[in-house]
Amino acid sequence: METVYLVGVDVGSTTVKTVVLDEPSHTVLYREYKRHFSKVKEAVLEQLLAVFGKFDGTFKVSLTGSAGLGLSNRAGLGFVQEVFAASLAVKDLYPDTDCAIELGGEDAKILFLTGGVEQRMNGSCAGGTGAFIDQMATLLKVEPSELDALAKKAKTKYPIASRCGVFAKSDIQPLLNQGAAREDVALSIFQAVVDQTVAGLAQGRRIKGNVLFLGGPLHFFESLQRVFVETLALAPGQAVFPELATCFMAYGSALYAKDQPTAAGASIIQRIENAPYSDEILCGPQLFKDEAEYRAFVSAHARADVARREIAAYAGNAYLGVDAGSTTTKLTLIDGDGALLYSYYTDNCGKPLDETAAQLAHLYGLLGDRVRIAGAAVTGYGEELIKAGLRLDHGVVETVAHFKAASAFCPEVDFIMDIGGQDIKCFKIKNGAIDNIMLNEACSSGCGSFIQTFANAMGYDIAAFSKLGLFAEHPVELGSRCTVFMNSSVKQAQKEGATVADISAGLSASVIKNAIYKVIRAASPEDLGENVVVQGGTFYNDAVLRAFEMELGRSVIRPVISGLMGAYGAALYAKEKSTGVSRILTAAELKDFSYKSKFTHCNGCTANCSLTVLNFGEGRRLISGNRCERGQGKTREEILPDLYEFKYDLLLSSVLDQPEKPRLTVGLPLALGFYEQLPFWHAVFYHLNIQTVLSAESNRAFYVKGQHTIPSDTVCYPAKLAHAHILDLLDKGVDVIFYPSQTYNLDEGESDNHYNCPVVAYYPETLAANIEPLNKDNFVYPYLDLNRRSNVIHRIRDSFPALRLTKKEVGAAVDAGYAAYGLYLKRVRDKGAALIEFARKAGKKIAVIAGRPDHIDPEINHGIQKLVASLGMVAVSEDAVSHLASPPPLEVLNQWTYHARLYRAAQYVTTQDDMALIQLVSFGCGIDAVTSDETRRILEAGGKLYTQLKIDEINNLGAVKIRLRSLIAAL
Amino acid sequence: MKKKRETPKTELPYIEFTAEMKRDYTILIPDMLPDHFKILVEIFKAEGYKMAHLTNDSRAVVDEGLKSVHNDTCYPALLVIGQFLEALKSGRYDVDKTALMITQTGGGCRASNYIHLLRKALKKDFPNVPVISLSFTGIERHSGFTMNLRLILNLIFGMLYGDLLMTLKNQCKPYEVNPGQTDRVLDEMAGILSKMAAERRGFFRTGKNYKRILDAFSAIPVKAGEKPRVGIVGEIYVKYSPLANNRLEEFLIAEGCEPVVPGLLDFILYCLVNMINDGKIYDFSDKTTRFAGFGYWVMYRQQKKMNRFIRKKSRFMPGHDFEELRAEADKLIHQGVKMGEGWLIPAEMGELIKTGTNNIVTAQPFGCLPNHIVAKGVNRRIKEAYPEANIVAVDYDPSSTRVNQENRIKLMIANIAAAAAERPAERG
Repeated sequence: METVYLVGVDVGSTTVKTVVLDEPSHTVLYREYKRHFSKVKEAVLEQLLAVFGKFDGTFKVSLTGSAGLGLSNRAGLGFVQEVFAASLAVKDLYPDTDCAIELGGEDAKILFLTGGVEQRMNGSCAGGTGAFIDQMATLLKVEPSELDALAKKAKTKYPIASRCGVFAKSDIQPLLNQGAAREDVALSIFQAVVDQTVAGLAQGRRIKGNVLFLGGPLHFFESLQRVFVETLALAPGQAVFPELATCFMAYGSALYAKDQPTAAGASIIQRIENAPYSDEILCGPQLFKDEAEYRAFVSAHARADVARREIAAYAGNAYLGVDAGSTTTKLTLIDGDGALLYSYYTDNCGKPLDETAAQLAHLYGLLGDRVRIAGAAVTGYGEELIKAGLRLDHGVVETVAHFKAASAFCPEVDFIMDIGGQDIKCFKIKNGAIDNIMLNEACSSGCGSFIQTFANAMGYDIAAFSKLGLFAEHPVELGSRCTVFMNSSVKQAQKEGATVADISAGLSASVIKNAIYKVIRAASPEDLGENVVVQGGTFYNDAVLRAFEMELGRSVIRPVISGLMGAYGAALYAKEKSTGVSRILTAAELKDFSYKSKFTHCNGCTANCSLTVLNFGEGRRLISGNRCERGQGKTREEILPDLYEFKYDLLLSSVLDQPEKPRLTVGLPLALGFYEQLPFWHAVFYHLNIQTVLSAESNRAFYVKGQHTIPSDTVCYPAKLAHAHILDLLDKGVDVIFYPSQTYNLDEGESDNHYNCPVVAYYPETLAANIEPLNKDNFVYPYLDLNRRSNVIHRIRDSFPALRLTKKEVGAAVDAGYAAYGLYLKRVRDKGAALIEFARKAGKKIAVIAGRPDHIDPEINHGIQKLVASLGMVAVSEDAVSHLASPPPLEVLNQWTYHARLYRAAQYVTTQDDMALIQLVSFGCGIDAVTSDETRRILEAGGKLYTQLKIDEINNLGAVKIRLRSLIAAL
Repeated sequence: MKKKRETPKTELPYIEFTAEMKRDYTILIPDMLPDHFKILVEIFKAEGYKMAHLTNDSRAVVDEGLKSVHNDTCYPALLVIGQFLEALKSGRYDVDKTALMITQTGGGCRASNYIHLLRKALKKDFPNVPVISLSFTGIERHSGFTMNLRLILNLIFGMLYGDLLMTLKNQCKPYEVNPGQTDRVLDEMAGILSKMAAERRGFFRTGKNYKRILDAFSAIPVKAGEKPRVGIVGEIYVKYSPLANNRLEEFLIAEGCEPVVPGLLDFILYCLVNMINDGKIYDFSDKTTRFAGFGYWVMYRQQKKMNRFIRKKSRFMPGHDFEELRAEADKLIHQGVKMGEGWLIPAEMGELIKTGTNNIVTAQPFGCLPNHIVAKGVNRRIKEAYPEANIVAVDYDPSSTRVNQENRIKLMIANIAAAAAERPAERG
């Protein structure tokens, strides 16, 4: 009789794994693990051919994995869902396992095998996978394997947002630019992956017992293994890293194959070969019909160029502009007429300062004694670093630099779009000044580096890759959302058989659509303006430029120096501001240039910001990482006051009074609605002779403690923090935790309704259902409406039946509550008025930072108000001015109390010359998807700029700072 | 309490749908419940409205939506608005003689803003196209569009029939011997009911009509055996609309399952109960709570009657009994959670499991706010109460791929087979 072999093939998003088993004994006879570079069918065929050549007999085959589904359908082969395959394998090989974690290329899975069997996969918005690690390695300019070696040498960890690659990038890039050690960053990346698994994947279930770790990343990265074991506090022996980790699902698939029909190798091969490609992909228009059309396009754009001069033949003054971008460094040197003498564009390899210093030294060599640098300016993410390190004369905000450069090409320019490696910047120009700035949010950044990463992953360099797309016949229609989504759309197109050329063209078009419809939020291309200048490295890509013109329906100006515009603008700025002499380091000084970096913490306040101190010698140093100016050594008096800090202190101080001999202790979580209602509830309980215990102030480490109880990883950060506050109150041993559910907030009159947002209204339900120790005795969350006094009295009495509270005493307590709440609001308004007056006397501008009450939590606002103060503005909150105006007619339903304040504040700001409004938006706040467009409309109708800052657990304020400085430059 | 404002004063005025317009305007309605809308559209036509039920579902629908609606707005708004704009731009309709109709529920969810987002999206290209708000409470006024008692009653019964057709279809189609027969029977029945509504003859004779429908579906030849039942709950639009959920019912049938989709009337009853509950929870009574109490009583009785009829006169399984749903809700969540689909989602999940449908897909738009609480948030509680629950939450969104969604649903389906395989072993 012929031998029958079980063959399991796991076709993942990046790799193909094959396992061959002996049927009765389950002995692994053969295994293979290989990247498929999106050539799924070919890779599967190759591996199966190898198997069938090696073993003599017949086979039972089963496929598994995200990319295996389509193939198995079309080839008529057996298929098993991959998580299910994993559970088959676990039960067969490690029956004692309590929990198995599998990290794959794009998917992450967790299996709880004991205490209620459950399996979960990552949601559609989730990092923490192999692709995330690859992306981060690219950012550090290392191979993924080297990342592990780096992490082993790490000394410290930084908090890095783990939810998605885009977020993590915006945390990591500034760290690198500030000179953080790559070793430490590498380790922090692994920690982010672990955090994501604990928070995003386990979704409220604790990972404990015998844990099995599966999948490529967990097999290859020892540091990741170590961080997992440490974070989950697993005892030796509890963490199992099977030797078969990479092929585990293929093993499970082979087990599943038992029930499949037996077939000869040749017939299986034939079925796969004959499997049709699916026709489900959508196609967009072709970019260029033929070579001739392309040539005409190229020559038309070649006309937008600057004057150039041979540097070797030039003598006299020159002006230097540096653009220290997030991933690249650009240098330009111009003469007195703006003609380009020299330019340089390089990848900064995560070391912008070293790169610029080296380039400057090289430049000095070219200048000799003939040319003298008479002014130097720097722009970009690394502005402060380069300015301090190399002693440049000026720092200039990116938007201003770009505007300067664009005006040199097109004096009538009214719209500039810059797509760089990491970000998209667009601004409108009105009356010769920047009028409206739009930057990509963390979630919609389909920028240049995305195409690049993709090109590299497919084995092409960016230039060759984009060329391929120019003549693609059927450009794939991809989404226009964040890169993570685009990633999976691309994978799907590949699985369906789209060519590399089609994908390249499709990516170019989607970057453009993302920019126009998501970042700019244009309803139609005509909204963009008459004279459009496009720039940034990404526009070197002719496919992207063409896609933009096609979407716009007309041609735009792309300067030949498109990627150098920031540096060119900085040089123009330096020329304008030149005093004839520059302080820039001389050639001689540059020879001895070196610096030391030191990490420390600021002790100016309880925030304890991590500081990076760079010392350049001669007393020159740069401190970064600080939120406020105390880190720079300024005293409290020298710093501008802000209302946020006042409100926070006032709120916390409202619980200082406590009854002497309380009959009960009630825990109140310092979360969500309590950031405004705390004075109310404290007063009520105080008057009932009940002690209130407040949970601790939030911080990042505190948040992590509650992470394992969060069921939905896409809810806003303020809600996520609530979990830690409840756990803290449980630790404090209060008699009962009180957290009322409130569909309705207080009716402040000037709106159509007065709801709370769904999350604020009902979050107690989520807490009660997901925090294990909570029960109906220690957690009370009555439904009540603060607008109805008798209802509140009624519910309070119901909430504490044992106390037998009388209607009368509760009535008096509730009245005291209303009074305390009213007083709190009044003091906020009074202080706000005082600060506005102070600002006006001091000649300072006023920033109304409009958010929600919970935005006063320093862990939520990340000290944005201090940043505002350091930029010379006095910050007040929305509730300091909202009572001064009525809401304007709105295009939307005005039905949430807190958001109604936002509209009124915006309306008020339009009547004040010295005020600007900055809207704080918590990431994932669906309500703000409605309010932000409306707020923008109100402000723009009143001739004001709209600035929105999206905040999340990320606490790096780099992008926020650019936005604020641009705002100030435009005021 | 403040008096309800007739026209909210902080809103911009809107284009009214006038009585003159009623004569020659075509009203477009979005695609949501294909089975129900077949009948409901005819009811409106009988009242003298020209109606067109949109079924356009090309990629252009999503693209139009993406252009006109904020990135982070929920998927249903994006699709509904995209579908309208695509239709208006297509040239298929005379835009000077076209109006749009959209439902407006009111409530703390951002869904109450769909109509406003739609008007915003229309502002540039179609500023004169009126948008009619369809709601039982009459949030807006349109002189050409009025809800009279007859219309309301017709709609209620239309929904009942729609629920019946949908329920029976799902119990026949997975088992039909002749492919396509169930759909043909459904179309035939919908046609008969529509005719009754149009001619105002016999539409309310429910006993006779139920019997006719039940007989027609019972006559469909079916294969023996039982397939695993999979319930679909979630955000109202994504739950029902094939455009939004990538034809989830069809997918489940193709995967060898029997879909169980709770009826539309349950959602209407849920809305009414919320008004009643508001009075109870917040200690007040007014016109709204009393009106809701009466409406609830009328409709619940009809539902009960229909369910009893199905149970007695056929082999089919009726939909949920709403009072049982409420009782189930009380075990899992407070009935005060009333934004979005609120407590209805946990209640339906619990009730499905109790009636033998352990496998559930919760379908929601990506980032849906209430679902953080009522879907993902209560999963743990449901698991505690019903360890046999096999639930998968699927997010829908313009860019999340079908492969991704189907892979997750397949996992849930694989677990059904595993659970079935383990059961006899446990007993032995």
